Amino acid sequence: MAMKNKERKKIIQAIPFMLPSIAGMVLFSLLPMLIAIALSFTGWSGLGKFSFSMVSKQFIGLENYQRLLSKGEFWTAVGHVLYFVVLYLPLSFFFSMLVALILNSGRKLSGLYRILYYIPVLTSWVAASLIWKWVLSSQYGVFNSILSIFGMQGPDWLTSKYWAMPGIVLASVWKDMGFYGLYIFGGLRTIDTGYYEAAQIDGAGKWVTLTRITIPLLSPTLFYCLIMSLINAFQIFPQVQIMTGGGPNGATQVPVERIYTYAFSYFKMGYAAAFSWLLFLIILALTLIQLKAQKAWVHYET
Amino acid sequence: MKAKRLVSMGLAVVLTAGLAACGSSQNKSTTEQTANENQTETAESVSTEPNDQESEAPVTITYANFNASGGNEETLNKMYEAFHKAYPNITVEIETIAMNDYFTTMQTRIAGGTGPDCLEMNIENFGTYASQGILEDLSGAGTEGMNQTALEAFQYDGTQYGLPENFSTVVLVYNKDLFDKAGIDYPDDNWTRDDVDAAAAKIRALGDDIYGIYQPVTYNEFYKVAAQYGGSLLNSDKSAFTINSEENVAALQSMADRVQKTNVQPTEEQMGGMGDWDLFESGRLGMIPTGTWCFNTFKDACGFNWDICVEPGETQKATHFFANALVVNKAASAEAKAAAQKWITWLASSAEAAQIRLDAGWDLPALDDTGKLSSYLEQTPPEHRQAVFDSLNYIVMPPVINDYQQMSDIITDCVSKAAKGECTAKEALDDAQSKCEAAIKLN
Repeated sequence: MAMKNKERKKIIQAIPFMLPSIAGMVLFSLLPMLIAIALSFTGWSGLGKFSFSMVSKQFIGLENYQRLLSKGEFWTAVGHVLYFVVLYLPLSFFFSMLVALILNSGRKLSGLYRILYYIPVLTSWVAASLIWKWVLSSQYGVFNSILSIFGMQGPDWLTSKYWAMPGIVLASVWKDMGFYGLYIFGGLRTIDTGYYEAAQIDGAGKWVTLTRITIPLLSPTLFYCLIMSLINAFQIFPQVQIMTGGGPNGATQVPVERIYTYAFSYFKMGYAAAFSWLLFLIILALTLIQLKAQKAWVHYET
Repeated sequence: MKAKRLVSMGLAVVLTAGLAACGSSQNKSTTEQTANENQTETAESVSTEPNDQESEAPVTITYANFNASGGNEETLNKMYEAFHKAYPNITVEIETIAMNDYFTTMQTRIAGGTGPDCLEMNIENFGTYASQGILEDLSGAGTEGMNQTALEAFQYDGTQYGLPENFSTVVLVYNKDLFDKAGIDYPDDNWTRDDVDAAAAKIRALGDDIYGIYQPVTYNEFYKVAAQYGGSLLNSDKSAFTINSEENVAALQSMADRVQKTNVQPTEEQMGGMGDWDLFESGRLGMIPTGTWCFNTFKDACGFNWDICVEPGETQKATHFFANALVVNKAASAEAKAAAQKWITWLASSAEAAQIRLDAGWDLPALDDTGKLSSYLEQTPPEHRQAVFDSLNYIVMPPVINDYQQMSDIITDCVSKAAKGECTAKEALDDAQSKCEAAIKLN
């Protein structure tokens, strides 16, 4: 009981310090989300002045949700994003890990590497997408001309419906590996070197050290990266919008791209709001599953 | 321990929520803020003006536009200065916003009740805006001298909601040097699409990376070519889609054949991400039907001779006509609306504004009397500039419906499949027809 009181006091003391960010979150995230619930039950076009009386006037009940779930488009978009996730997550983790290990190797230039790998993270997605659009150009692109040196004929990346999504995955991995790499690097740094010394004395090889010491002790960091990258992956938008615009023939249409198009191009704000809530529920469900599943593989040091 | 886990779980949930809500907008903020506000003058100078024709109190209105962005901000300012001299009581705050951000900005501001008093509108969005009841009825505005076709384009349910500000047409631009090389006659206004195909084949034969023609297989080109074959997307009273009609199938077939069968037009892969104008400017493209707004660019960028003619049709000619309109926001105050109407009428139809527009080589004012536009004809290249006006005899208007953009996306999606050879023209249009019927309710 005494413990609880102390904790409550701590929380109360912390509130003033958190106020600026809480205010921002309420105003720019929570409030829009709540309004979006109301909008998702209306047929509002997104044009015309917004008012609360409008919500009751244009109320259409669950029609938006019904249409979304019955139309193939929603599931196709979710399918595309799942395809993205399946390609992106392993690649992203592999390269992030590689970056982290390079940074952690303690070589002379690791400070320089840290900057180099982080530059893509700081680059705006708009600029990065434009660059990748050219890199992946089938006729004039750098990527295919490198492949051709080895006698391979590169695919028509962004203009082919089979290769467009892998192309977007490449760009995304390139952009994100520095970010997660730096996180994992931070995680590596917190591992007590004593464990490694003990392992060495016991005659453990590199592989055993990696799988028995590094990865278990790194698991909280990896778990955080996994949750973050999954949430972000489900919301891919700028790279898609700029590199393919959802094309070719809708092969890269993803939920956020659809939401944007319905809200700002087709003037169906109510439908778009319903779409975004369904997307939110999917992400929420996946995150909760991960939180449950973490018991099996995440080890917190106590 | 349990409480701690609950808190962390709750935090994770809230974090997810926050990210789901704002992840994309964060990334979007990187697009440059191109809106530049242009508050030229304040109302101070008003009382000193001697030729004060208006007895009304000074009023300040806001005007948003996209057309001046990218080089013509100064021209628009010049127009405003001339206007302000004639109407010293009206001060206009001009906001020029790049096209890419313009319509999302307008939508958000109008929904938030902070829209401009008057604004520029393109034909694609006009129907949607008019149908939502956010535009002021402009039936009372003086429309003398304005181009009749353009005026009609900005009526919705018989009411005039927009004044045509400028127009452009699409003509066939051709590379004279390539025609000489292939030893064929230049295209003229009597050509049909068959003549174009024959010429394109001869030019294509000049080299592996030289192409005859480039006409994107998209919605915009398709509804025009359909009209060239006597087809249309909707029936005459706009109550049903007629996308998969026989005429339309023949039209799409001819467009797709140029890519897949004769390959006088490059495939997407052969383009390799290059723009169609770039291809023409590089001297490797014989013909390109494109808008009159290309003249200034081609003049500087093309190191060869080029000219234009009215775009060839098939069973009949049909040419594009694009116009922008000026509209008044219904939510503005009564005084602002009155002033806004004066400003946009002046901008659209005064001789002064037209002259400034022409002198700057910006675009063509939508006036009925093409004689007033004679100074436009004197500029070269292209030599045969008269084709711009001749095209006006054959214009086909895009159908104004509420869900314009959605229809356009569906059709582009389907016809481009045919251009890629993934399906036949008939299959593509059957698909487009059923998709449009499912997604769009016509009145």
